[in-house]
Amino acid sequence: MKIHKAAEERHVLTVTVDNEAGILARIAGMFTARGYNIDSLTVADITENHSVSRITIVTHGPQSVVDQVRYQLERLVPVHKVVDLTENGPYVERELALIKVAGTGEKRVEALRVAEIFRARPVDTTTESFVFELTGAPDKIDSFVALMRDLGLVEVGRTGIVGMIRGATEA
Amino acid sequence: MSEERSGANILVESLVRQGVEFVFGYPGGAVLPIYDALFQDERIRHILVRHEAGAAHAAEGYARSTGKPGVVLVTSGPGATNAMTGVADAFLDSIPLVVITGQVPTALIGSDAFQEADTIGMSRHCTKHNYLVRDPAELAATIDEAFQIATTGRPGPVLIDIPKDVQIASALWHEGAPQRRNRYSPKTEAPAADIALAVEMLAKAERPVFYTGGGVINSGPRASELLRELQDKIGAPVTSTLMGLGAFPADSKDWLGMLGMHGTFEANMAMNEADLILCVGARFDDRVTGRLDAFAPNSQKIHIDIDRSSINKTVEVDLPLVGDCAQVLEQILTLWNGRNGQDLSAWHAKVDEWRARNSLAYPRNTQGIAPQYAVQRLFEMTRDRDPIISTEVGQHQMWAAQHFHFFAPNRWLTSGGLGTMGYGLPAAIGAQCGAPDKLVIDIAGDASIQMNIQEMGTATQYRLPVKVFILNNEWMGMVRQWQELTYESRYSNSYSDSLPDFVKLAEAYGWKGIRIEDESQLDAGIQAMIDHDGPVIVDCLVAKDTNCFPMIPSGAAHTEMLLHGDEVVGTVSDEAKALV
Repeated sequence: MKIHKAAEERHVLTVTVDNEAGILARIAGMFTARGYNIDSLTVADITENHSVSRITIVTHGPQSVVDQVRYQLERLVPVHKVVDLTENGPYVERELALIKVAGTGEKRVEALRVAEIFRARPVDTTTESFVFELTGAPDKIDSFVALMRDLGLVEVGRTGIVGMIRGATEA
Repeated sequence: MSEERSGANILVESLVRQGVEFVFGYPGGAVLPIYDALFQDERIRHILVRHEAGAAHAAEGYARSTGKPGVVLVTSGPGATNAMTGVADAFLDSIPLVVITGQVPTALIGSDAFQEADTIGMSRHCTKHNYLVRDPAELAATIDEAFQIATTGRPGPVLIDIPKDVQIASALWHEGAPQRRNRYSPKTEAPAADIALAVEMLAKAERPVFYTGGGVINSGPRASELLRELQDKIGAPVTSTLMGLGAFPADSKDWLGMLGMHGTFEANMAMNEADLILCVGARFDDRVTGRLDAFAPNSQKIHIDIDRSSINKTVEVDLPLVGDCAQVLEQILTLWNGRNGQDLSAWHAKVDEWRARNSLAYPRNTQGIAPQYAVQRLFEMTRDRDPIISTEVGQHQMWAAQHFHFFAPNRWLTSGGLGTMGYGLPAAIGAQCGAPDKLVIDIAGDASIQMNIQEMGTATQYRLPVKVFILNNEWMGMVRQWQELTYESRYSNSYSDSLPDFVKLAEAYGWKGIRIEDESQLDAGIQAMIDHDGPVIVDCLVAKDTNCFPMIPSGAAHTEMLLHGDEVVGTVSDEAKALV
């Protein structure tokens, strides 16, 4: 017997929630319990009184499953609003990464040169290392990290993305 | 007026304010303050169960039969974990429960304290919502919201975990409803444009079927009335899921019986050949659809459901109507007004042809009493009393669904989604609490009844005259049936060895015990059960190897039903075996 898989697409969801104890476990656990995927998840409170948080989730799956993800999220009591950015026309997504590169001589110079091209900013420097800060769409960060592999890459930390629809209105 | 009260006291007052009559519970260390607050309080009746699983199922039975939320009170750790099966059961069947669990004191949470369990973590995905209350000042508003969430929208269990110190600490108690923001307001009406579309589709349909479910019952008795009214106007044949039995009267000429895996031939064939399916408060469960790619292939589908996530979950529909069954049916009826649908006589003739297959027929000349016949006699001898029927899970449950007939909602209590053996006896106890003068019968199997048999003591203590009618075939019958049909009769661990003497057991608990060994004793046995003013076990010895038909084997389509007398091969493909 073989297990069949359906065609999958990547979707970016923003979820506005009550900022209460256990909310992240409730959301993340729902994904696990129902077999949905989380590629990345970011969360922070977004109101002055810290009562509301915005969660950005990147998931993938067949369209019908991603729709279910949205409705299952909406079913949770502390969830106010779910927006599938991918479905809502053009949007921007950005991620921040810290990339540590160690090396001397030509490799070190080359690392700095590539960093300039990518507009990565050194936020820590020693005579034999850099920590670069890079903001951008995930594939830009992917390419930068790939180039750094040959130039002494030590470690990478990424935030996961936040996203927002383009234009003047709220999603 | 406001005054300082303990958390436990605020809890009890809040329950009273919600109109709670019964609490099904079991005391323990982490709920002692609450039990002390309940002591000699005449406003709430506490039903002491014998195991916390029984508390949850009893609350479910009470909720299902009365339409009011069931309330459970158990201690931390094992109290909470024991109740969890019933919570999961209520979640899958959308039964409104408010479950109160004690927790170790806040300072000890996370320290692996005595009787500590992460109740919130464990219940997160089998409750509609849950709370850990860390401040007694939040209790009143939390309980108020919990009842609202449990009973509105798609109903379900809500759990409130209360650490022991929060029960003891005090806070201001205010008369009148607590001030809180309303963050839960599910949509109950469908958009007018969609209603217009639905009316148009219904008016054009030549082969319509109404496929109804537990949502009609949950919506309240008004939904059943409106369903009957709409059916009367359109004339469509009606089938129902296991959960929806009773919403439409079984003596209507347009009643098809239950559909799905053990549904009738006419119900499944009508679904298969319908050109329009109006799904009212059902969720296209795998037990209903059979093989998905062959499910109702030529039909348009309208789906009324209050839960948006039920729409297109397994079956794609043409027109979703997200809203409360009663309100949406009312919207449709209002717009339907004096319209005429299509002439359905050809469709009815077709349905009658399928009906003529008489798919629920069963052989009577078996070794021992035919279990279907026992259910049929039980039905015929009790129908005038408008009984409430609960069941356990397995063959007896399906036979009860097929051969006991229902005419009104809230009379049929069964574990549909989770399929919990041991549900029926405590559910009957809960139902009897809510309706002390009604005849309440748990139709049980010899294996299932043993799963919560300790609750006999509860019925004895509170003089609840529940009847347990065991179809005793000395097997886990449904497991045996599947092993026969899919594992070449290798009966691995499905024989009920070492059964107790149920009659003596009944007597030991102060019940009446009746054994029926032969068809000639059946009517007298049932009559004696009805006539006894107190709890009764009837141990009805039935034919041992009867299978439950019709049956759609796993991985098969509605058109591939097995009926009595069909040749059945003893094995299936791995793909079919992998299905539940």
